[in-house]
Amino acid sequence: MSRIIHKFTRTVPTWQPRVTPVNLAQATPEQLEALSVTPSNTKVSDYVLTLAHDVESLKVRSPLFNAIMYDAGGMSRAERELGAIGASMVNRCIYCAAVHADRHAKLEKDTAVTDELFTKGEKADLSERNRAIFDFARKLSEAPVAATPEDMATLKEAGLSEEEILDLILSTALFGWANRLMHVLGDPVREEVSA
Amino acid sequence: MSIFQTTALAAAGIDTGAAADAAQTRANIMNATQAAEDAVIAPLYTGAFSHELRAALAARIAAAGGVPELAERYLAKAGDMAALADPASDGGDLAHIIAFVDRAANATKDIAASDISDLQAAGVADADIVRLCELVAFTAYQLRVVAGLKLMKGAAA
Repeated sequence: MSRIIHKFTRTVPTWQPRVTPVNLAQATPEQLEALSVTPSNTKVSDYVLTLAHDVESLKVRSPLFNAIMYDAGGMSRAERELGAIGASMVNRCIYCAAVHADRHAKLEKDTAVTDELFTKGEKADLSERNRAIFDFARKLSEAPVAATPEDMATLKEAGLSEEEILDLILSTALFGWANRLMHVLGDPVREEVSA
Repeated sequence: MSIFQTTALAAAGIDTGAAADAAQTRANIMNATQAAEDAVIAPLYTGAFSHELRAALAARIAAAGGVPELAERYLAKAGDMAALADPASDGGDLAHIIAFVDRAANATKDIAASDISDLQAAGVADADIVRLCELVAFTAYQLRVVAGLKLMKGAAA
């Protein structure tokens, strides 16, 4: 049996689709190409097989995702993860929040920031810089967007450069996208171990 | 195509200044964002959603998201679906699609399994549910890029 997870956690759950993923055995040549399936690589997650229903989007999404989260320069990787976490908390995407809180903790070699965020939410006790980053990410993620010129000024006062601010906008916005796939198309679940 | 002709930068009104310089350092991302737009607004395989309907839904999401500059651009491509771009429209025959789009775009945290099973019960195929989610999700991303860029531009003025 599996149980749906409702609380924020750094322990990454399993993602269970609410629609039927593409069956690899019946995939079209375009789908196989987008999935990068080769005879030696036939392991594809249910999430990617679900997205393979829209092969044109799937093909463009991975390079964009990787560039926003991992390209050199600009904002640090850990701070980009904070943008992703801010979005995922607003949208309550438990799965995305877990993956990116885990990455943040590993990059920082410290769980303090994500412990605070998951325990106290908006009232978390954060450094001035992390506070400015998290608040901006949170407000940019609201619908309608709630970030203001004052929030932008706060980022600059906290010492962020133009390049860092652009990376924060991109990583936060990207999770506005990822959350609306992960949280809408599936459930975060944990397998129950029977005694 | 110059990155300043991409929808995100053009809608934010950015072509010179500090925000433009920052965008140049992420030209690959600006171009990939445009490629993603092409894939969700004007795909080869449209499924149940025509290019015009997709543009109308994107305009609706951008308007509700608080980015009229982006909504305007999509509205211009919405053809005879333009009425659906108005967030006040309930969608008529497409009410089940519109209701889902509004919730997924603007009340994401409240989405539950029943939102998906309701679409399935209304006869929407799983592949079309995924296409619809990609459209909503991409537009949610793009409108926030534009909103952020506008704030960067405003702060530099």
